[in-house]
Amino acid sequence: MLTLDQTTYEAIVAHARRDHPDEACGVVAGPVGSDRAERFIPMLNAAMSPTFYEFDSGELLRLYQDLDDRDEEPVVIYHSHTATEAYPSRTDISLAQEPGAHYVLVSTSDGAYEGDTPLPIRSFRIVDGQVSEEEVSIVSGDAADGVAGAERPRNGG
Amino acid sequence: MAIEVKVPTILRTYTGGEKAVSGSGDTLGELLDDVETRNEGIRARVVDGDELRRFVNVYVNDEDVRFTGGLGTDVKDGDTVVILPAVAGG
Repeated sequence: MLTLDQTTYEAIVAHARRDHPDEACGVVAGPVGSDRAERFIPMLNAAMSPTFYEFDSGELLRLYQDLDDRDEEPVVIYHSHTATEAYPSRTDISLAQEPGAHYVLVSTSDGAYEGDTPLPIRSFRIVDGQVSEEEVSIVSGDAADGVAGAERPRNGG
Repeated sequence: MAIEVKVPTILRTYTGGEKAVSGSGDTLGELLDDVETRNEGIRARVVDGDELRRFVNVYVNDEDVRFTGGLGTDVKDGDTVVILPAVAGG
């Protein structure tokens, strides 16, 4: 199961809407081994395409150097589909090279990019060409504060 | 001195789990050949025939080797080589 805080979920959806009709992509990083998606990092889609995404090569290097410095890893790798459902394409499956990551998809097709209604997101593991869907749990709060899901005042920072 | 090669998670099955290995050579191609002798199987995940694989990025001292001559890129002792799988899909 993937647990995402509301703030991060909304940030992913907003990025997908903003980049429509091109695919949007990015990472949510967390401490190595923690499986906690804490730090939202939108990335440039170097392909700038409605049917393909690829992290820019220079940004990719800086991202991984930064993750390494912080003892983090990409817990979530997200991207949008802009004309099809939020399910990994054959290309997604053949190019998936982070077996430890949650591959999150959001679809902005059929006009879903308009407005501000919540969009469903789906999460998958992709290992050796095998796709398995998993449940997504959206919890209140901001995971970076370390108390995601807790009921607490929102004005305390 | 040697050349350090940083290995991504998905290729650490070839390095006994090590995050970095060292090697030698005058070009990136020679370096990968040398690394292969102690980490069998890793080269084929980076190179296809005489070319780098399309969805694997290799950097020498932070420069993407696609812009510096690919496998012919000069390397020397003290350099740092980073291998990163592309993050891409459709």
